[in-house]
Amino acid sequence: MKITINGTPREVPDGMTVAQAVRILTAQTTGVAVAVNDEVVRRGAWDSTTLGESDRVEVLTAVQGG
Amino acid sequence: MSDVDELVIAGEKFSSRLIMGTGGAPSLEVLDQALAASGTELTTVAMRRLDPSARGSVLDVLRRRGIKVLPNTAGCFTAGEAVLTARLAREALETNWVKLEVIADERTLLPDPIETFDAAERLVADGFVVLPYIGDDPALARRLEQAGCAAVMPLGSPIGSGLGIRNPHSIELIVEAANVPVILDAGVGTASDAALAMELGCDAVLLATAVTRAQRPELMAAAMADAVRAGRLARLAGRIPRRRYAQASSPGTPLGDYYSVG
Repeated sequence: MKITINGTPREVPDGMTVAQAVRILTAQTTGVAVAVNDEVVRRGAWDSTTLGESDRVEVLTAVQGG
Repeated sequence: MSDVDELVIAGEKFSSRLIMGTGGAPSLEVLDQALAASGTELTTVAMRRLDPSARGSVLDVLRRRGIKVLPNTAGCFTAGEAVLTARLAREALETNWVKLEVIADERTLLPDPIETFDAAERLVADGFVVLPYIGDDPALARRLEQAGCAAVMPLGSPIGSGLGIRNPHSIELIVEAANVPVILDAGVGTASDAALAMELGCDAVLLATAVTRAQRPELMAAAMADAVRAGRLARLAGRIPRRRYAQASSPGTPLGDYYSVG
């Protein structure tokens, strides 16, 4: 299926979980937050939340700013 | 002076009244030294898409220094974006504090009052400690306080401009009416701007660029710490009234009335 992760389109296996999508970018789990289609997915739910076709996954962290 | 003059935001106490931002520093090392010299206990970070190639993290620097992290919603143009960014920050950083920043346009980076107020109401309802960045508008400051914000953060002048406090009168009006901390945010260019903010009665100053883009950030951070403290002490001491003409500080004349002319 096709999803986007941080704006980049990707072809990924069906049934990919949020946790697997995050691991494409980073092994880090602390200091990171995920939204799927503009809804926050709590860290405790990353393993149990599966992605669907065309889902938009955003993986954010803190950077210098403000 | 005793050391009990603490800044209290949402029940949390800070002995430093200088809040730092982390934007604009040429490296994490320079930032680290500047933060140490500033004595800050509360420092903002922004939320951005994770960059797998990034080396080092501003969070590590803050953690090592024991500085509380204040995520902002910089880069958001709508209430919806700001609310989602705040929720992501809460998840990533395990804090329900947020510096709410909703910008009207890229050129001025001035805060959009309508979107800011909308986002503030939604975030307060969602349990956030909301510190909104606003224009120097006493009416909006009052409305945000009534909406449950934990502080208000009026600008001195546009972000990164270094133009200082363009409307001290409005800042004074905000301070007079506020029952929550007033934090002067944005526009500080040098130490005297920070001191003026405190003399006007602000409870704290938030700045970044003035330090991080100074030629010597660590030195400017130390200057800002002193300026904030000096301005605070002057505010507590109570300045003399301004007079149109001189008022002698020495009594009478040295030779009595004989030599006095007219």
